[in-house]
Amino acid sequence: MSAIQVENLTKTFGDFVAVNGISFEVAKGEFFGLLGPNGAGKTTAIRMLVGLLTSNDGSILIQGLDITKDVISAKMKLSTVPETRNVYTDLSARENIQLAGKFYGLSKNEIAEKSDELLNELGLSDRGDDPVINFSKGMRQRVSIACAVINEPDILILDEPTEGLDVQSRRLLINKMKQMNENGTTVILTTHNIEEANQLCERVCIINKGKIAAIDRPETLTSTFDKTQSIEISFNCSVTQDFFEPVSVYRIENYGDKWRLYTSSPDRTIKHLSKIAEYQGLEIISLRTLGPSLEEAFVSLTEVKK
Amino acid sequence: MKPHINTMIRGVLTVAEKDIRIYYNKPPVIIFGLIFPFFMFLAFYIGRDMDLSTLFPGFISMALFFTASSVGPLITPWEKQQGTYERLLSFPVNINTILLGDILAGATFGFMISIVVIVASVVLLGVVIEQIMVLILSLILGSMCFAALGVLLASPSSQAPSNIMMLSSLVRFPLIFISGIFIPIKELEGTGRILSQISPLTYLVDIFNAGFYGTSVFAISIDVLILSAFTLLFVYVASLFHKKNMLKGL
Ligand SMILES: Nc1ncnc2c1ncn2[C@@H]1O[C@H](COP(=O)(O)OP(=O)(O)OP(=O)(O)O)[C@@H](O)[C@H]1O
Ligand SMILES: [Mg+2]
Repeated sequence: MSAIQVENLTKTFGDFVAVNGISFEVAKGEFFGLLGPNGAGKTTAIRMLVGLLTSNDGSILIQGLDITKDVISAKMKLSTVPETRNVYTDLSARENIQLAGKFYGLSKNEIAEKSDELLNELGLSDRGDDPVINFSKGMRQRVSIACAVINEPDILILDEPTEGLDVQSRRLLINKMKQMNENGTTVILTTHNIEEANQLCERVCIINKGKIAAIDRPETLTSTFDKTQSIEISFNCSVTQDFFEPVSVYRIENYGDKWRLYTSSPDRTIKHLSKIAEYQGLEIISLRTLGPSLEEAFVSLTEVKK
Repeated sequence: MKPHINTMIRGVLTVAEKDIRIYYNKPPVIIFGLIFPFFMFLAFYIGRDMDLSTLFPGFISMALFFTASSVGPLITPWEKQQGTYERLLSFPVNINTILLGDILAGATFGFMISIVVIVASVVLLGVVIEQIMVLILSLILGSMCFAALGVLLASPSSQAPSNIMMLSSLVRFPLIFISGIFIPIKELEGTGRILSQISPLTYLVDIFNAGFYGTSVFAISIDVLILSAFTLLFVYVASLFHKKNMLKGL
């Protein structure tokens, strides 16, 4: 039995179709990514998955259970870290986690034990009894995920959990997701960070304008939808775009002190570049070739047609 | 929908516990629930040639009315503004669980404060209680009824908390003038009398009179029935509106 089975799910707001007949299945224990540009309908889809919004059409089965028939049973198995993820700022981190534990009906001992464990794992053990109002965004988000996992859910759904976090908070969060997944939890992750999805997800679903644009393993999507190769180069002093005039490439982009050249033949381009550099007395500081990327695949799949 | 009685009860208690911890000491609750009724009473009592004992049941009713209904309007708008509402909804609860929890929190607040005021009045002012069981019953009924009204007042919950507090004052204010608090019901005539009969607060004042002095205009059973009916009505309408507005303003 799959963890989640979505069939022809549709949601309209007035005349606007936010989610347009999407179908997908998430296997038990899978790490599944939900990607899409702003306004694609990800949050709307998730709100239907967790029983917050009722769909106009289609069906959702959570471990075989129709969400509209028994939302409470479904919610016992499925935890969410919503996009609006604030925790209670008047309470301490520990009190927030304990509150969640009570909702899930854990015993006093279980709650005490689990909240200590979670605070520790998420790097909050010395701030556990401070009110959340004094916490940074990253710390609040760690409290938020702790609230969602205290009951060790079968399914964990996270809506952009790593948005706007520093490296440390992100790592702690990602490790927690990974660990949950290794212990058998099905994870559904929404993110705008394509690299993160690429590294974590076994499969990703790309949603665009309420429809599924593609759904597959990241590597498969990458090789199917992106054939580009590029070279990234930087020199010891700054150069202008004119510098690359003689090199035959089909797109040039500038990132900080680096230039990215999209080419069909990396070999020829690199040889050419090194000759020009030598001729002009420039030193090459860094040089690397980049293959097709999930990001490029994503862009081409969700491109706004001009 | 399968019955989840245990989950539901647990949910109601947990919601109430959260409300009690977070909202009892919020400024709007302190101001509208405690300070306000006290000064209202002083304003009407001082300078009038009236016996305190005549006004006492009315005063307790007013205190209970304001206190019990002060928590409810704040909670949902506040949680939507803070972004905690969607998280709350993601727990194994439904909208009715949340509403009942909020009502319980409001009612507990009203009940506790009234008990404190009554005990203080008995000890300090020598107020006598004629029928203690009737008094306790009326405290429970009144707390539930007006806590439910408070939660109902939070229905347009996508609004900012300050707007909701203003709206709820607008609704609550007129009630204290038509419910026989400052002028006993039996002295009311004509329109005043008719108006007083559509206000739930009238029946609370009446049953308090029965509790304290053993005298009331209506039969106790009528008071109980009408207060219960208002409570059910408030809960039902609140549930309808809150369901409709659940995701507005998230
Ligand atoms: N309650 C609502 N009423 C009307 N329109 C809505 C409502 N909720 C969402 N929408 C619209 O539906 C579309 C999809 O929104 P949704 O929040 O699902 O996007 P998203 O993929 O989560 O975007 P983001 O990446 O910005 O979070 C948007 O155009 C949004 O304006
Ligand atoms: Mg979203």
